[in-house]
Amino acid sequence: MLTLECPCCGVVAEETEFSPGGEAHLKRHGPGSGEEAFAAYLFERENPAGVHLERWRHSNGCGKWFHAARNTVTLEVYGTYPAQTFEPPEDIRRRISERVPGWRWREFS
Amino acid sequence: MKRYSVFAVAREALRHHAGWRRAWESPAPEPRYDAVIVGAGGHGLASAYYLGKNHGITNVAVIEKGWLGGGNTGRNTTIIRSNYLQDASAAIYEKARALYETLSQELNYNVMFSPRGVMMLAQTQHEVRGYLRTAHANALQGVSTRFIDPAEVKRLCPIMNIEGPRYPVLGALWQPRGGTARHDAVAWGYARACSEMGMHVIENCEVTGIRTEDGAVAGVSTTRGEIDCGKLGMVVAGHSGRLAAMAGFRLPVESVALQALVSEPIKPCMDVVVMANTVHGYMSQSDKGEMVIGGGADGFNNYTQRGSFHHIEETVRALCETFPVISRLKMLRQWGGIVDMTGDRSPILSKTPVRNLFVNCGWGTGGFKAIPGSGWGFAELMARGGSPLCDEFSLGRFREGRFIDESVAAGVAH
Repeated sequence: MLTLECPCCGVVAEETEFSPGGEAHLKRHGPGSGEEAFAAYLFERENPAGVHLERWRHSNGCGKWFHAARNTVTLEVYGTYPAQTFEPPEDIRRRISERVPGWRWREFS
Repeated sequence: MKRYSVFAVAREALRHHAGWRRAWESPAPEPRYDAVIVGAGGHGLASAYYLGKNHGITNVAVIEKGWLGGGNTGRNTTIIRSNYLQDASAAIYEKARALYETLSQELNYNVMFSPRGVMMLAQTQHEVRGYLRTAHANALQGVSTRFIDPAEVKRLCPIMNIEGPRYPVLGALWQPRGGTARHDAVAWGYARACSEMGMHVIENCEVTGIRTEDGAVAGVSTTRGEIDCGKLGMVVAGHSGRLAAMAGFRLPVESVALQALVSEPIKPCMDVVVMANTVHGYMSQSDKGEMVIGGGADGFNNYTQRGSFHHIEETVRALCETFPVISRLKMLRQWGGIVDMTGDRSPILSKTPVRNLFVNCGWGTGGFKAIPGSGWGFAELMARGGSPLCDEFSLGRFREGRFIDESVAAGVAH
C-alpha cells in the first residue's frame, strides 16, 4: 500500500484515500498538431519499469489534483508536488537522483 | 519423444518409472534461427507451435528470461470463455475456445480442459441490458451463449445468494461451453510439442537488446549470447513496452498489477465459473477443491508482481455478499501478475515499424483464454504477413480510430 502526502492539504494517507490519474506533464496536442503528435498524445503513455511521474487526486479528501514521483518496481514514493507546474521541482529530482543515479523520464533527468 | 498413453503408464509402472524423459529439451542457443519468439508463456509457445504445425517453420527458438510459463500463464484464474461483444474479439476468443476443446488430444498432453460453463452475473439493470445485447451479438457471431433468469442461476449455482440487498442477481450471461483448464499444463504441453518438432525452448535467457539493419530486425542480444533471426515475435505481456523501446518504437500499453487468491481446499460445492463484474470478482473451484478468486487490477503503473491488501478486501467483501458460504474460508495464497493494458482493452497482434518484427501483447486481464487462438493467428501473421484473426488488432487501429472497445462493452472483467 502506497503512502502519499497531499501537497494541497498536507494530509499523509494511504493510497485508498487517493485515485491514480495517469501520466504527469502531458503536453496537449490538438488542432494544428501533426497526426503523429496527436496519436502519441492520445495513446502512447510512458510505461517505465522504474522512476515514474504521475498524477493523483485526493479523491476521498480535499479533492485536489497533484503530482507524485514514484518507482514502479520498488513502489518507493520519492515525493509529491503541486499540480501547477510543467516539470518536477529540483528537490524531488535530487531525491530521485540519490536513489536512482542516471534516471531519465521523457525529457527530465 | 514418446507418446503419453495408458500403455506408457503401464509400461513404466513395470520398470520403476525409469523410462520417462524430459518433456522438452533445453539446448544451448544456436547462432541463427528462421524465427525467434521472445517469451515462453502460453501465447509465445502457442505461436511457435502453430508456426511449425500450420506453416512448416520449425527452425524456431522460444527464449524466456525466467522459467517456462512463470509469468501470467502461471498466475491467472484459468477461465476460458468467448462471450465478447465485438466481432473481432468473438472471432479470436471463440477460435481459442474451440481449439481448447481438443487441445489435450492435439498435444498428447492433458490440459484438463473442463467446459463446466461460465456465467457472468448481471447485478444492475445496466448490466442486464448489456448482457442481453452481448447474447444477441453472440448469436450473430456463432458463439453459443444465452441470457438466463435468476431461478436458473440459482439452479446452476445453489451456493449463490441471489437476493442480496446490495447486489441482487437479476440474471446472467451463460456460456455452457466455457470453463477452465490447467494453466501450467497448457504451457508445458505446447513446449513439449514444440520440442518434438525440433524447436528450441531456451529458459533463463533474457533479451538485452534488439539489433536492426536497414529498418529490419537482424537479431537479439541475450544474456546467453547473440542470436540472429529472420523474424522476431515479441510475446512478453507486461514487459512489451521495454522490449519495444529496445527496438526503437513505442506501444500504447501500460503495465499494471492484477491479482488472484485461492482458499483452502473444501469439498465440491460449485461446478461452474461465476464472474461478477459489478463488484470486480470472479470465482471457480479447482479440481483440488480450492476456491480460485480473481479481483480487479491496480489503477496505477506497477511492475511488482504482487497484489495489495485493499484490493483483496474489496473483492472478497463483495463475493461474501453473493456467496455467504465462503465467509469463513481461510485464504491460502495470493499473488499478482503484470498485465499490459491497452486503451480499448483489446490485444495488439501486429506488424511494427521494424520490418519482420511482430508484436503480440495487450491481452490485459484476459489472456489465458485466448492462448490457442492467439498463437494460431499470430503464427499466420508472422508466416504470411497477415491473418484474418489478427488484422483488426493491428497497431494502426489507435491512430485510425478503429477501436475494438471491450472496456465499455461489459465483456471484460477488469
